[in-house]
Amino acid sequence: MRRSAPGVRIKAALRVWQRNATVYKRTWKLNILPNFFEPFLYLLGMGLGLGAYINEMEGMPYIEFIAPGLLISSIMWGATLETTYNVFVKMNFDRIYDGILSTPVNPKDLALGELFWGATRGSIYGGAFFSILLTFGMGFHWGILLIIPLLFIIGFMFATIGLLFTSVIKEIELFNYFFTLFLTPLFLFSGIFFPMTQLPEPIQIIAWFTPLYHGVELSRGIFNQLWSIELVHHFLWILVVTVLNTIIVLRSIHKRLYR
Amino acid sequence: MTSTTSIIKAQGLTKIYGDLRAVNNIDFQIEPGTCYGLLGPNGAGKTTVMRMIYCATPLSSGQILVNDLDVMENMSAVKRNIGVVTQDDSLDYDLNVINNLLVYARYYDLNRDQAVQRAEELIEFFQLGEKRLVNVRTLSGGMKRRLQIARALINKPNVLILDEPSTGLDPQARHHVWAKCHELIEQGVTLLLTTHYMDEAEQLCDRLAVMDRGNIITEGSPWELIKSEVSPQVVEVRGDGKYRDSILLAVKNQIDFHEALSDRLLLYAADVNPVHAQIQEMNLPLKTLLSRRSSLEDVFLKLTGRELID
Repeated sequence: MRRSAPGVRIKAALRVWQRNATVYKRTWKLNILPNFFEPFLYLLGMGLGLGAYINEMEGMPYIEFIAPGLLISSIMWGATLETTYNVFVKMNFDRIYDGILSTPVNPKDLALGELFWGATRGSIYGGAFFSILLTFGMGFHWGILLIIPLLFIIGFMFATIGLLFTSVIKEIELFNYFFTLFLTPLFLFSGIFFPMTQLPEPIQIIAWFTPLYHGVELSRGIFNQLWSIELVHHFLWILVVTVLNTIIVLRSIHKRLYR
Repeated sequence: MTSTTSIIKAQGLTKIYGDLRAVNNIDFQIEPGTCYGLLGPNGAGKTTVMRMIYCATPLSSGQILVNDLDVMENMSAVKRNIGVVTQDDSLDYDLNVINNLLVYARYYDLNRDQAVQRAEELIEFFQLGEKRLVNVRTLSGGMKRRLQIARALINKPNVLILDEPSTGLDPQARHHVWAKCHELIEQGVTLLLTTHYMDEAEQLCDRLAVMDRGNIITEGSPWELIKSEVSPQVVEVRGDGKYRDSILLAVKNQIDFHEALSDRLLLYAADVNPVHAQIQEMNLPLKTLLSRRSSLEDVFLKLTGRELID
């Protein structure tokens, strides 16, 4: 006797977000520092180290070429870590969801709350990175502020991707596959470190279907004020994938937690 | 019983997992302000019944109404009036005692003032004041259980569901939990609990359903069940070994029926004094020979041929 699942309630989802925020608030000072170190290390190692050998990439200093993409990848890592390992532990080991789901909060509300939170964590990672870039030398222009809403939207997209994987796996070890075989290749082959045009055409086509690529292109366009209709295309790609994936992942979590 | 409207009504309740009929077409009703117990061994289907009532798992068929609301149609509204205490604690280990209550209150949309007031009342009622700011990881088993019950009551539900409320607790903590349950019943809260402890069922429950393999095999008040299903008294013999047949032969006209278990022999009768005397006269080297009042344990044994805790 399957009846249609109840709709999702934003207010209930925000309660779940608040719960995570309450936990985070307790340790945020400890938690947030690595978010600032990480961009430093990347920019130092890749930008100055590698950059000493590569003078220019597409007409800009190497450090400036990679910075906008690294920013987006930091959102990716932040949001997916949250909706993979952290959600899995809350769901299966700490039994926190058993407690939450015996209140008026339903599985879909819970899932949406975790997506909001994953997007928030992604925004914190990306926001820290962004502030470092602005503080140390990336030229400011008003258009660059477009990055701020993107932090959350791109964070949300990666949160849905992580949560979808979490909703179907039974063993925590399987996350290794997700990170090594999915996120790491994205990190390396989405145009962060070299232009995609350098790769064979089939790989470029594959890249079009992956999420990080569009974020990187969008970010680099905004940073360097390369305004074009293509930026709108990248943005729409992100929006459509996020919406579709949200619908799928809410159903998937409902199925996982209400059976 | 007076004709009150039942607070929980289950009809044709069935849960199927693959090939397993975990709950097999059962009916029951629970009257407001009473304590109803589901009794049975592990795997009888008790927990599944409860999970269906508090919307943690969908029904395969049948219907449950809680406060006249269908659990499949009105999940959030049903859950708003039910407090749940699961068997393995589902406390939030990332939060301290007071925040476990305050964060939980938010799921019910209580505002900050209401939440603080309610949390303080509950902390006092369950005597957790000293532990207010302590991480729940460091609480004793009894305190964790009390905090879980407190948390379940944050929205003043009229139904409280407890899955094995005293399993794993030391005797003192068990009695503390039972005392609190009695107080809640007096306050008008309806309790539904599962247990495989007979003393717990006898202590707390107004009515009981005895479950076995997904079915309710009998239902009634503890005293009714003992009266109707077994004889009032029993002689328990241990170490009877090779003498079993001769004992049975000697007392067969004085007992109503018997249960022959691997480790003991149970002889049931309205009055067991003559049986006891008879066996004593045989002067056998028995380990134990004792007479006692019949209990729910005996009811279960009689109905299923099995003991409750395997």
